[in-house]
This record gives sequence, structure tokens and C-alpha cells, in this order.
Amino acid sequence: MKNAAKSGFNVYHKITVWVPESCLLISLGFIVGGVMHAVRKEPPAVVSSNVFFLYMLPPIILDSGYFMPTRPFFENMGTVMWFAVVGALWNIMGVGISLFAICQIEAFGVQDINLEENLLFATILSAVEPVAVLSVFEDISINEQLYIVMFGECLFNDAVTVVLYNLFNHVAMMEVDEPAVILSDIGGFFVVGLGGIFFGLLFGFLTALTTRFTGKVREIEPLVIFMFSYMAYLIAELFALSSIMAILTCTLSMKYYVEENVSQRSCTTIRHVIKMAGSVSETLMFFFLGVVTITMDHEWNWGYILFTLFFTLFWRFLGVLVLTLIINPFRKIPFNFQDQFGLAYGGLRGALSFALAFTLPNSIAHKKLFITDTIAVIIFTVFIQGITIRPLLKLMNIRKTNWNLETINVEIHKRLMEHTVAGIEDLCGQWSHYRWKDMFVKFNNRFIRKILIRDNRPESSIVSLYKKLELRNAMEILDTMSGDISAAPSLMSLHEERKNTSKPKFLTSDVANMHELLSKNMYKIRQRTVSYTNRHSLPNNNIAKEILMRRHTTLRRSLRSGTFNATNSTRSQKFFSLPGGQSLNSGFPAGRFQHTDLVDTESETAYPSNRPTFRHQQRSSSKAVIPLRPLNNLREDNEPNEEMHYRTSHPKLKFRHSGHQTSRRYYGTSRSCSDADYEEQQSRLPPHGWTEDPQNNVQHPLMRKPH
Amino acid sequence: MGAAQSEGRAQMYQDLADKTGFSTEQIRNLHSRFQYLTQDEDTLRREHLENLTNLALNPIKRQIIEAFFDKRNLGQNEKGCLQEIGFEEFVTVLSVFRPPKPRTAEDKNKTIKEEKLRFLFNMHDTDNDGVITLDEYRRVVEELLSSYGTIEAETAKAISDAAMLEVASVTVGRMGPDEFYEGITFEQFMQILKDIEIETKMNVHFWNLDTRTMHCGK
Repeated sequence: MKNAAKSGFNVYHKITVWVPESCLLISLGFIVGGVMHAVRKEPPAVVSSNVFFLYMLPPIILDSGYFMPTRPFFENMGTVMWFAVVGALWNIMGVGISLFAICQIEAFGVQDINLEENLLFATILSAVEPVAVLSVFEDISINEQLYIVMFGECLFNDAVTVVLYNLFNHVAMMEVDEPAVILSDIGGFFVVGLGGIFFGLLFGFLTALTTRFTGKVREIEPLVIFMFSYMAYLIAELFALSSIMAILTCTLSMKYYVEENVSQRSCTTIRHVIKMAGSVSETLMFFFLGVVTITMDHEWNWGYILFTLFFTLFWRFLGVLVLTLIINPFRKIPFNFQDQFGLAYGGLRGALSFALAFTLPNSIAHKKLFITDTIAVIIFTVFIQGITIRPLLKLMNIRKTNWNLETINVEIHKRLMEHTVAGIEDLCGQWSHYRWKDMFVKFNNRFIRKILIRDNRPESSIVSLYKKLELRNAMEILDTMSGDISAAPSLMSLHEERKNTSKPKFLTSDVANMHELLSKNMYKIRQRTVSYTNRHSLPNNNIAKEILMRRHTTLRRSLRSGTFNATNSTRSQKFFSLPGGQSLNSGFPAGRFQHTDLVDTESETAYPSNRPTFRHQQRSSSKAVIPLRPLNNLREDNEPNEEMHYRTSHPKLKFRHSGHQTSRRYYGTSRSCSDADYEEQQSRLPPHGWTEDPQNNVQHPLMRKPH
Repeated sequence: MGAAQSEGRAQMYQDLADKTGFSTEQIRNLHSRFQYLTQDEDTLRREHLENLTNLALNPIKRQIIEAFFDKRNLGQNEKGCLQEIGFEEFVTVLSVFRPPKPRTAEDKNKTIKEEKLRFLFNMHDTDNDGVITLDEYRRVVEELLSSYGTIEAETAKAISDAAMLEVASVTVGRMGPDEFYEGITFEQFMQILKDIEIETKMNVHFWNLDTRTMHCGK
């Protein structure tokens, strides 16, 4: 039923833009709870302490940790930890002590709640929940720093909360408060945290190492990942260390290496499963919250609850202000007022708070009050803050970042900038995090990668981005190629009339070669950059897989029709140069292909000098047909003189030369086709393309019929 | 002599501080660093910078060093390079990397951004003709990738070609059949890089403390 509800939600996307999903889930829980209440049924007691901590919490944490963008995280790690740890402590102390002060007031009648219980309650309330806020942040393209600080803070805040929760639970249950015990507990806090980190790193390392050897048994790779992460959690729990920190650190450290070792399919599987597990857990929690709200007997105390609400807000805002004040000088990009507001206002409470409250030991006298109070705070923050945060942030004109900067130029210049700054810093004799990063990268390349990664070739991010963009190009080609079949018959005539061509003849062996090449190349290329993602959608990493799926169909079709349509391409973002109409460099050694069972960098050599292809603006009102030579249209440009190359390729910027469009050199397969084919095809193309159509039809380059 | 000299120096610091926007303590620290680099000579030459071990590992070390001697970075509208520079020029070049104050006005931010982009542009455009040609771009890409081990020259070539075409498509759009793309001008450079928030990223924190005691090694 939950699943049905969830799919229903995804349909009503419009609603979720304004109302966070958590709200909807809770509302649904209300409805169900109402039904149950009407029927006088007790809600199933699913959430016991064990169930929650052992089964429901790990997937949530794993989900958050796995999809945390590591690079920005490490750049902002200091800030994140500062807010998470010190912020959490501040909130807890503040709220706890103020509530205790309130308890002293007779009028509210809660004098019997002692300090420890108040602190325990404050701990429960300090667990911030990122889900709703992050999706809003993503939606409005908020600046990267704020996003990552919010994300990281929520995550590590969970760890701190759980540790302190256990601590205070322990203390609250004790009759005697000896200072020595308290102190040792505080020391214990650090031990617990650091111990968790240690175990996390250990297991991360183990996982990465294991994946190095799973080359022959790809199917168990996802299992290995899940198993080791969960083991990290359990073992840390066993030693009474912070299991959340363990699983977090495990995930963060292993992700990079694992994604290099594991096959594309496993990678996708892992991501999907983690996402799913996390979502399910989260959904269950919110839903249960809704149900419990209706069906439980509440203990309501106006004073206490209202003050709780007030104090949580107050201390959060104050905390953020003070902490930012302290840490801003250390940051390269200081937080301005809007950022601080966003950070403070975005502190919604959620599933974890509820679970912690629900699983309080029954020995606490006012357990019901605490639960009620927690529910009140959660509902307030989720509904009111959750719904209003989006318009407020928009109103405040918060700083934004353009997250879609995936162009080669930007990547190159980012690198250039970093190296320049690092160089200047060296010159001035200062250390900065670029220096650390550099050192780490070197250490990584020299030692760690050798141990943990199967085929180790360190690669620059520029090169990997480049390949990713090529891959995307390739995919789009395939995409459009698939749409041409229905057009084929009618256009055939046009085509024939334009040139007397014969369809490309693909020998079966060529086809087989192509298939093989494609599969090898596609599998090897992995997109390393995981985009920021919202809760219920995965980053778009399906490209490689889809290419594989599509190529089967398109290859078959292309064999049949040999034509496809060309239209304008206005994906002006992709522009890869297009060599002029030279014939394919037959001198290109066919032997190069053998290298294809390789790794990323080597796969580059498989493409004929990897000249990027260019998609140009094709305009043709009459759906002119271009002979499809997707897979063998690799024009080799072996001009020794770059200027010339540049010049000749340039005009293509504007034009639409028949074969050019399909020259995605990406498919190194051309080499497998006989040269004769090429020559023939070359001569087929009339040098003058179609007349240019002034209408700017923003469409996919190779026209898709159904659209 | 001591008093007069230090007074003169304080005045110099103050002037420089006003000109470049650093604070006087930062200028003082930079001066001690300058003296350290030049081994107490008056002017800085390329050899002094080449000897820094840390800088040696930087893939674009050559460009960075050149940038200090490039007249365009020194606020003069001339072209060409100097052979040696004094402290004032040193500080002028470094002032490009100063982080903007948190509450700078929008247009001031724009000028700062332009300054920084100009610095990068000058790093590319080694022949001072105001355009980045394919060769120049390619050279920079090769150097950037050189730290990653064996990268084929082809790859670097391909990548820089791709990048150039990217710029061309974004800025120029369609071109006639006989036109060709000379290179990236500064305006186009600014246009394609307008989104990377360079004013927040390309900064060096110049501490107000004496940095000499803080570094390790040269």
C-alpha cells in the first residue's frame, strides 16, 4: 500500500514541489491511523528499539552516505564537522537546560522531569533530517557550499545524536550521578566516535580490496558491498561504538574505489538498491509516525510543548549564527546572512527523532509526553517549515550555483585555477587545503590505488569528463538513430533522388566486431561524477547501459535502412570538432582495437585519435536524409597541420554535411569495415549539404519521428 | 638609520596597501617572503622562483612563474615580459588573488572577476596577441594532463579541440563556410567561464600572521 501511495506521489509531481514528500507521507499515515482508530485497532508494534536500530536505520544512513558528493564534502569537511558536532552539542545543551528551567516553573506541572531526562529529550530533538530540505535546495539550485554543509551536518549530526542518546539514556537510568562517571562518559563520547570511524575505514578498505578480486564473479559484487557495510554497522554496534559513524565512513571511503572496480551493471544495481532501501525505511518511518499520532494516547502539556517548539527554533538559529561567526574567517567562501538563515530554518526534524522517542525505555516516567512532544515538533517543522522554506529562500535571493557545468572548458579551467592557486600559495609559503588535496592525490595514486583497484590507471578528471561527454554524444546518436525507421520508406525516395547511393554494406563479421567493440568500450567507461540527487531519484547513470541496449536495435535497423534523418542540432553544448571531408584514414592500424579490453585511458587509443565529433546545426525543412553511417563513419583526420584541420573543420560548425553528422568517432568500429566501403561512402556525399533553413527548430539533431 | 628606514618602509607599505588592497601586515609578510625568495636581493628573477621545491611539482609551474614577469599582469597596458621584478610588481600580481570582501558590491565583484579571468587568460595567451589560439590552448591542456602519467598527445589534442569548438559554438554560433575561428578572445573567455564563480574560488588566504614561520621546506 505504501508503494502504491508512493507511485501516486510521483505522479503528482507538482504537489511535491510545494509540499515536501515527508508531509504527504505523514498525512497518509494520519489517514490510515484515523481508519485504524475508527476501527479500534491497535497499530502494529513494528518499531521496537531493536528493529529500528538494526534494520531501519542502516539503510537510511547508507543511502545518505553513498550519495554524498565526496569532493565538495572533503573540501568543506571542517565546516561540516564543526556544525555537526559542536552544533549538536550546543543545541542539546541549550534546549535541555532551558527546558529544565521551564520545568522548575510550577505552573506547568512537570517538575519531576530531572535534568538528565531533559537532556535526553533535547538529544532526541537535535536530530536534524535532511530529506525534505535537500530536495528543496536542489530544486532551487542553491549554492554548493550550503547544500553540502546541510547534508553533511544532518548526517553526522545523526551520529552524534545517537551516541549521546545512548549516553544520556544510560545516565538517566542511573540513580547516582557521580562526576567521575560523567567525565568518563564524555571521554567515552570521543572514543565512540573515533572508534566508529576506525571501523568504518577498516571495512571500507576491506570492501574495496574485495572488489578488486571480484572480476570473475560479478554477480556478487553488490552483495559484497551491502554485506560489508552492514557488517561495519553491526560490529561497531557490538563494540558499543558509533555504528552510524562506522557505516558512514565505510561508505565514504569505499565508494571511490569500489566504483572503479565494479562492473557497470553492479554499479547500477548497488545504487538502485541502496536508494530503494533508504527510501523504504524512511517512508516506513514517516508513515508510522502518522499512524501513531492518531492512535496513541497522548499526554499533552501545553506549556512544555510550546516551549519546546520555541526553544528548538531559538537555539538552532542562535547556534547557527554563533557558529558561523566563528568559522567564517576560516572559510574561503564565508556564509552570508541568507545562507545562515537557510541553514537554520532548514533544520527539520524527522524520522530519527521519532524513532528515538518511541524507543525510549519505559522507565522514564514521562515517556508519553516526550513522544507527543517530539511528534508535535516534527509535525510543526515538517509541515510549516518544510512548506514555507521554498518560497522564503526564493524570496531571500539566496546564492545559487549552476550545477550543470559539464563542459570541457569549465573542467579544464577549474583544474587550471586550482593549480594556479596552489602554485601561488606555494610561492607565498602558505599551506591550504589544495596542498593537502594534492598530497592526498599523490599518495592515493602511488599506494592506495595500486592496492585497491584492479586495473590501475590514474586519470585526470578532464579526461574522464571528456569521455563522459563523448559517451553522452554517442547515446544521443543512438537515440535518434532509433527513431528513423518509420520515416525510412518515404525518405528513401528522397534519398535516392539525391544521390545514387547504395546502402552501407555491413559484413556480418564487421557487425560482430562492432558489437564487441562497443560493448567493451561502453562497459569500461564509467561516469565518476555522481550528480547530486534528491531522495527519490537516482543520478542519471544509465547512459552506458542504455547505449548497449539501444545499439542492438539501431544496428539492426541501420543495416536495413541505412538512412536516417538529420535535423537541427541545437545542443550547442556539445561541440566536438568535426573534421572535414577527408576520407577515413585507412592507414589507421586496425590492430589498435585489440587494446580494447582495457581501461579507461587506453580505451582512448581505440578511438581514432579521439577527435571529438561535432554536432552541428542541421536544418532541413524537408527532412533530408543522411546516409547513416554511424558506425563506420570515422573520418580520420590525419592532417599534420593543425591549423588546417582546424580551419576545415570549422565550417562544419555551421553546416550539415551529410556524413558528418554521424561521424561519431566514438565508435571505433569503423576500422573494422573495409576501406572500400568508406571510399564509396565518401564519394557519395555531395559536398554541398542541404540548404540552410533559417528556422531554428530546436530539436534533436537526428530527428526523432515520434516527437 | 634604522628609524628612518623603517619609517620610509612603513610609508611604502601603506602606499602599496592602498594601491593593492592588502592590509599593511599582509604587505609586511609578503615583503619578508619576497626577501626570502630573492635571498635579500632587490629584484626577483625567474631563477629564484624555479628553485622552490613545492612549485616544482606543479604541472603549470612555468606558466605561473611567467605570470609574474608578464607585463600585462602588472597593470600596465604594455605587452612583453620583464626580466626581473621588484616588490611592488610582486604584490601587484598577488593582489589578483585577494579574496573579495564579503559585502562587495555587484559591479566591484564583476571587476574582481574580470581581473582573475584576465590572469588566467594571460596564462594561456603566451604570444600576447589577445587571442588564445588552438596551439596555445593545447599546450596548456598538455601541461595540465602531464601530471597524470602517460597521456597520449592525441588525447590532449582532442580535448583541446573539443574545448575550442565548445567555445566557438557557444559564442560565435554559426559561421559561414569560409570563416574560420581564430581563437578565443577575452570576451568569449569571460562568457564561457562566467558560471564558475571564480571570484569565490580563485583566492588565496593571505594570513595576517608571519607566514615564514608557518611553512615547511622551501
